[in-house]
Amino acid sequence: MKLPATARALPSLFKVGFAEAVAYRAEFLVWMFSTTMPLIMLALWCAVARDAPVERFGQKEFVAYFLATFIVRQLTGSWVAWEMNFEIRRGTLALRLLRPIHPMLTFAVQNLSAQPLRLVVALPMAAIWLGSVGAGQLSRDPVLWIAFGAAMLGSWLVTFLTSFAIGCLAFFMESSIKIMEAWLTLFFVFSGYIIPVELFPPAVRVVGDWLPFRYQIGLPVELMTAAHDRQAALALLGGQWVWVSVMLGGAILLWRRGLERFAAYGG
Amino acid sequence: MKGVLRYLRLLGAQVRASALTLLQYRFDFIAEGLLEILWAMTALVPLFVVFRTRESVAGWSFGEALLVTGWFILLQGILDGAINPSLTSVVEHIRTGTLDFVLLKPADAQFLVSTAKFQPWRATNILTAGVVFVYAFHLLGRAPSLSGLLSSVFLLFTSTLLLYSIWILTVSAAFYVVKIDNLSFLFSSIFDAARWPSTIFRGVLSFIFTFVIPLALMTTYPALAMLGRLRGSTLLLALAGSVLFALLARVVWLGSIGKYTSASS
Repeated sequence: MKLPATARALPSLFKVGFAEAVAYRAEFLVWMFSTTMPLIMLALWCAVARDAPVERFGQKEFVAYFLATFIVRQLTGSWVAWEMNFEIRRGTLALRLLRPIHPMLTFAVQNLSAQPLRLVVALPMAAIWLGSVGAGQLSRDPVLWIAFGAAMLGSWLVTFLTSFAIGCLAFFMESSIKIMEAWLTLFFVFSGYIIPVELFPPAVRVVGDWLPFRYQIGLPVELMTAAHDRQAALALLGGQWVWVSVMLGGAILLWRRGLERFAAYGG
Repeated sequence: MKGVLRYLRLLGAQVRASALTLLQYRFDFIAEGLLEILWAMTALVPLFVVFRTRESVAGWSFGEALLVTGWFILLQGILDGAINPSLTSVVEHIRTGTLDFVLLKPADAQFLVSTAKFQPWRATNILTAGVVFVYAFHLLGRAPSLSGLLSSVFLLFTSTLLLYSIWILTVSAAFYVVKIDNLSFLFSSIFDAARWPSTIFRGVLSFIFTFVIPLALMTTYPALAMLGRLRGSTLLLALAGSVLFALLARVVWLGSIGKYTSASS
């Protein structure tokens, strides 16, 4: 009877999560503004492409690419590693453990329920995007749009599960935030967040295809801007979901091992 | 004079305290050092990719743009090593109300909170920046002039003052919006634009990065100074600008601390 109970709790959890996001809206706004890096990269790459296009990217393609990056990053972000570090160190994780729902799920719901608020920012951006670059930059293939949906879900899952797994490392060490920062450093470079993956030298690209980072941002953005044909898109999507399952396995394993070591403080 | 000496002694004591705390966390020490080097290396990646396809961007050659990135790495080191850690702890003080203890001490509160914590391992960034500078001038095929070097050192001073003042302004906001760890995040994500020569940005962005958040002043001008392309009058303007920012920060700080009411009774 465990699953139905969880399912029944989900709507309320979503409501609580959404209320939380609305209550801290000023903070929330600051968070969203701090992901404006794609817009700076947009200015930079447009300056680069002013005289001549970079491979297939002219100014228009760069605008399309980085506005899409902004939207994808808004909708697939996750900060669960920081939250877990905080709760494990303070012992407040115990409150989550008392609930009859797996904490991974409550964290996930908390994360997802902020999404409507993020859409408020992302949707106007999408409108500006369409207006400024025109529908010509968009993919026209319905199959690719379905793939895009799957890629968005996959990209959120990779991001969330990685963050969760790194959060679990806080069971074993004082703080795993340094590890999260190292991950983010690599993420910024290899995910396509500041440089389209295509522009890397071929050797780096091959390495990048095997790493999880490009599946966090690059893949959905490329599908949105019609950078791949069906076959290539499906192959990459397969790669992404392999990473989703690897991260899921890792997260569950680390959670189980870590929980055995967990001790809550306080009375 | 006596007052200055007293504050210098205080500074010494604060640095010693930070160093002792640091020695307790040796794993962090190594991890931080490695992370810094990794971070500095990734700061260079976009530059390599951009210049893979062309000789110059917005009038900057690879070697010249490398100088700007070098300054970015250097200033980030100063920011994360000497400015950021102290001021983040102020935010914690404000939230928990322990700022009272700082205010009770018989020394200037701004001085005390600004020197509360140092992270010396960020000095690796200074080394990395040095390597980048040497490599950049090797690519340019010449050495910097003495006057260029001197004026860039002068600008290092004004840039640091600017960064510090902007941070004081940010922290002053903590008296009003309390939870500010994301404000620091916001600032570093904006500061990231400073790794590029400021002439790349046009229109609104160019205006913002010159006058509102003077990123151009911090990295592009020192790089230009090293190249010997900066006029003397610009140096004076940089000095005037940063002193103005510092005064503004001081005034705002005094204003906000006047409004401070402890977190609980």
